[in-house]
Order: sequence, then structure tokens, then C-alpha cells
Amino acid sequence: MKYQAEFRDRQLAEQLSLQIKKAITRPWKIMEVCGGQTHTILQFGLEDLLPSELELLHGPGCPVCVTPVSLIDKAIEIAKTADVIFTSYGDMLRVPGSSCDLLQARALGADVRIVYSPLDAVELAKKYPSKRIVFFAVGFETTAPANAMSVHLADKLGLTNYFVLCSHVTVPPVMSSLLEQPDNIVQAFLGPGHVCSIMGVEEYREICQRYKVPIVISGFEPIDILEAILMALLQLERGECRLENQYARAVVTAGNLHAQQVMSEVFSLSERIWRGLGPIPESGYRLAEKYREFDAQNEFPEVISERAESCICISGEILRGLKKPPQCPAFAKECTPETPLGATMVSSEGTCANYYKFKNTQIN
Amino acid sequence: MRLDDEEAATSCRLPISNSEIVKLAHGSGGKLSSSLIESVFLPLLGNDVLNKQDDAADIQIGDLKIAITTDSYVVSPIFFPGGDIGSLAVHGTVNDLTMRGAKPLFLAATFIIEEGFPIADLHRVADSFAQACRSSDVSLLAADTKVVGRGAADKIFVTTTGIGIIACDPVPASDRARAGDVIIVSGDLGLHGMAVMASREGLDLETQIRSDSAPLNKLVLPILQMGYIPRCMRDITRGGLATVLNEIAKSSSVGMLIEENAIPVDPQVSAVCELLGLDPLYVACEGRFVAIMDASCSDQFLATMKGFPQGAQARVIGRVVEEAPGRVVLKSTIGGRRILDKLAGDQLPRIC
Ligand code: SF4
Repeated sequence: MKYQAEFRDRQLAEQLSLQIKKAITRPWKIMEVCGGQTHTILQFGLEDLLPSELELLHGPGCPVCVTPVSLIDKAIEIAKTADVIFTSYGDMLRVPGSSCDLLQARALGADVRIVYSPLDAVELAKKYPSKRIVFFAVGFETTAPANAMSVHLADKLGLTNYFVLCSHVTVPPVMSSLLEQPDNIVQAFLGPGHVCSIMGVEEYREICQRYKVPIVISGFEPIDILEAILMALLQLERGECRLENQYARAVVTAGNLHAQQVMSEVFSLSERIWRGLGPIPESGYRLAEKYREFDAQNEFPEVISERAESCICISGEILRGLKKPPQCPAFAKECTPETPLGATMVSSEGTCANYYKFKNTQIN
Repeated sequence: MRLDDEEAATSCRLPISNSEIVKLAHGSGGKLSSSLIESVFLPLLGNDVLNKQDDAADIQIGDLKIAITTDSYVVSPIFFPGGDIGSLAVHGTVNDLTMRGAKPLFLAATFIIEEGFPIADLHRVADSFAQACRSSDVSLLAADTKVVGRGAADKIFVTTTGIGIIACDPVPASDRARAGDVIIVSGDLGLHGMAVMASREGLDLETQIRSDSAPLNKLVLPILQMGYIPRCMRDITRGGLATVLNEIAKSSSVGMLIEENAIPVDPQVSAVCELLGLDPLYVACEGRFVAIMDASCSDQFLATMKGFPQGAQARVIGRVVEEAPGRVVLKSTIGGRRILDKLAGDQLPRIC
């Protein structure tokens, strides 16, 4: 772990902070795309090291946050079905649907289990042939390969009781969509390091060129992020708009070809509704026609209509970087991680939850 | 989208926490545990002593000042590297008494055993309980055994109640921290929680992490006798360092400023935590404590503590401040500041 300590070193951080302060000549707004990056920024109090002219906008990169309420309601309905074992990553369990969450459904008798990998869910399907095992496949391109693999495996094993409730979203379309908004305020992006380690960087080069915006693919340690901020800032100051890769120790230009291949075999692109942002074309995955029989939407066809969000929650504006959590009247009052009103308060990568946990008050 | 009144009313509800059942997270030592104590137990059972919620109560009986405490142990698995439920049940209660400046003397214990539990394992637990009593200088004076049906308990649960005599004046207490005081931890953090977690989850680690479960009276009482009496001591158990600091900050209505770089964390523990996405500041110990010390004698206190093997790694990790009463602020490794709050629930279930 000496390796990790280097990326959390105070001296290095102070040097980078100094370079950033020297380089900046006017106000800029940079958005970090990933929830993991937001988490690091707030966990390490990284904004204390930045000049006041530089504002970080916390982007839509938490898959739990952007999963629509109707899909969570659907998950809960499926979980309540008698012969179903519903499996999910832990974070999804506390996300409020319109009347309860999966944890509460479990307390009331639904068989809901946390798994660390979809392959565990496939194991359950082998072990309980008389049950229907449903896996809640949530995430960006990072979790997609393992989820695709699980379907591939279930198919090979001839399992007929394994289903995937697919809520995969992809990063580049939402970045484009943000940049196309008339009220867009993002001037540069820190790109999603983990996603690029799978998908490669070409999609992001296109965005740079099309929207004339600098993108720096960034890692997740504090020193990574400070370095990426400096790189983005230097581009902004010079009027450049290139793709740069700060996270070269993990990201190669082409990405992980093997993972991409499994994904393109199992998934096909589709429109997705992003909670707080609305529908975005070709911004997610559904199961390809060939794997239709593994699709929980197909097995459990009841349609659940989208419900209204909590009337005070402003998570949509938060996801687009237009507002910060303390500007929400419910923040840290009615809405806390114990009583979340919107999804950005639930996930450990959600901007509201991070503000609540790390930034609720100041001290000198 | 237009909302009719009914929809608006349901969508702005206060969800989830209002559901009236106990969840596992209510036992985590975090915020939900506090809310359970504050909303159910204290209104019905509270009194001046109980309301203080210290590690052990202090009461005057005639000329004697006595500390009393009780704790239940439900750790799973019951055997883990560095200890087991028997030794843990002795150390935990001995440590709670010690934190109030008391010399632990006597224990009472209850063993609740699940039908089907192997007698050989019971033997092991009882033997380790006995050894722990000897090494902690306490005697078991009263005990009870109950057997329940399969599934009504998980193998074995142990409850211990302890009594000790308080020999120091003033008595260390959670509400006595003052701005300017120095915050000291007695050793590296997270060993117990990670040892239990690793053995439960069958994690294959390069070297074994062993629980730090140990009696603290052998370290603390001699230092108290030399006249170094902290304003407050708390052993770091469920909920970890972060939880204990928050409780002291709240009871004393003071703020705290902690330096992350100064907090001693076992390198193995921090590696595994990193891997699993856990924060070592919330991981339990069973042989470490926090002392809040008057700044005028904190250097001597620390030097004395370092003279004992159990205190060799003791470090100053921060100071008590006036600002933001009830809050703990952490200066991160890179120098930025953030709040170090209690967690709502738990990172790891059932570690004590
Ligand atoms: S604080 Fe709660 S209600 Fe407000 S925007 Fe965040 S999630 Fe929504």
C-alpha cells in the first residue's frame, strides 16, 4: 500500500495546489464525471486546496443516483413475487422507490440478497432451480462486462431461471447531453478513469472535438484528481480542447477489448431514462434480442409508470452541476442518509450524501 | 408533470426510518443505535446515571465509589484469530470499567447456548473465559446458563456484568473534554474488526490479521496511579474511532480537530480496508482506547504510556477545539478538511 500512500501525499498535494493557484487567471468550472471522484474530492477536503476561482461541479456519474424510480418500483414488485430471489449490489437496497425500498421489502418478507458479483447470482440460480433468480444490473460500463458475463454463463449452463433487470447507463451520451443544454455551465471535464479502462478513450476524443471542450481522463486518488485538474486548467487557460489521459497507469487507448466483446455480444444500445435528467437516446444497454429470455422486463412484463419525484428534491439540477446540495431546502433537514428523499442522498457516491457526510459544517 | 394533492403528499413523505421494526443496523453503534436508545429506552428507563451513557456507571455506596457495567457478546464467528467470544466477553467488560478509572474486580456472566452446540466448543469458550479472567485479575462470582432451541440463538451469546472500585479523582467521563485538550489513541486501529471480518468472509490474506482483544487495566491503572488522570477515556469498540470521538464531542459540547496523518492504522488493516472499500476509522478494536488529556500534562502522559508494551504505539491525533461543538473535523492526508461523522448503520455486522 506504499503505492497508494504516494497518491495521498500532503507535500505532493501542496505542490500541485500551488501550481494550480499560479496557473489560474480567471474563474473556471470543471465537472468531475464520476461519483467515485466526487467521493474522493469530498472525503479528502480537496476543494480546500483549490483557488476560489476554480469551481468543481459534481456530475451525474453515480449509477445508483440516476436509476429511475419506476425501475426501483419494478424491482420491488419483482422482489415481492413468491418464487423470486432478488439479488443486487448493496447500494441499491436503500434507494427509495415511490413507497418503500428493497430493504424494507426484505424486512416484510421478500427474499432480497446482496451479492458482490452477478456470478454469485448465477450460482444461486444453479442451487435453487425451482426459484427465479433476478439480478439488478445497475452501473456504468465498469460493471457491464461482469453482468454480461453472467448472462453468457447462464446461457451456456442452460439455466432458465436466471434473469437480469437491466439498468445500465453509459457515460459519453450523458456528457454530450449536458453540453447540449442551453443552460450548460460545464467548461471542462475530468473523465471517468475506470470506465475508460474498459471502453478506451476514443469516444471522449470525439466529444472534445465536437463540443470544443477539454477532457482529462482522471484517476480516483486525490493526487490523480489534483493533477487532472491542473491539466484541464492549463488547457482552459490556453484555449485548448484536447483529450488528455492523466490515468495512464490504468487506461490504454483501446480499452479492454475482451470485455468490450462480451458486452457487445450480450447487450445492445438503447434509450434510457436518467433520474433527474430525463430520457437520453442510446445512453444505456438492454439485453440483445438473442438473450431476450434472460431479460427480467420480458419475464415480468407488468409496466410501472414513472412517478413524480419528491416535490422539494432538486437532484436533477444537482446532477447537472447547476446547484449544490446546501441549496436544497430539504438538505440535512428532512433529507438525510437515514431518511433520503432523493437518490443523490442514498448512494455513497451520491453528491448529497457526500456533502452530508463530509461537508455538513465548517470549522477553522 | 402535474402533481395532484395526494401524490404530492406521498412523494414528500418521510420514508423508511419511520418503519416500526428493528433492523440490523440498529445494533451497529452508529446513529440508528443512538436513536433506538434515545427514542425507546431512555424515555422509559432513563435516570441521571443512565442518561450519561458512559462506558460504565459510577455510583457512591457508603465510602466506596463503584463502577458498574454490562455488555452482551454476539460475535460471529465465535472463534477468530487473536481471540474468541469467551475472552472477548471478559476483555470488553474489564475495559469498560477501566475507562472510568476503576479497578475491575468481579464479573457475573450469562451464557445463552443454541441447541446443538458442541460441548467441545463450549469447553474452549469457558476455558478461554477463565484464562482471560486470570490475566485481567477479575473473578467470576455469579453465572447463569440457558439453552434455547435451534435458530433461537447463533451458537452462543455471552453477557457479562462487571464491578470495579474507582480509585481516581476526578472520575474520567465523556462530558469532561475541554477546548485545548489533547486527543491521544493508545495504539494502531482496526485489528479486531478486520480479524473477525476476514475469518467470517474467509478472506485469504497474505499474513493473518489478529484481533487486538486485550485487557486495558494493565496499561491504564498504573498510569492513573502515577497521577496522570485523563479527563475522559473511551475504549474504541463498535463503530471505531470516529464513533467514539463523536460521542465525546457531543457529550462535552466541544469540537475536535483530528490529523489523519497522525492516526495509527495497522498497514494490513488499511490495505484490506482499501480493497473492500471500508474506512478504518469506523472499524472496531478491542484493546485500544482514546484519552482526552489536559494539554499541560499530555506529554508526560504519552511518554509514560509509551513505556508499556501495550501503549508503545500511542500517538497524539488531534486536539479539542471550541468551534463547531458536537462535531469532529478531520484534516485529511492531503491537508483538506472534512467532517468525520458517525455512520447511520454499520460497515461490518456483529463484531462484538
Ligand atoms: S438533499 Fe435530498 S431532497 Fe435535496 S436534492 Fe439532495 S436528495 Fe434531493
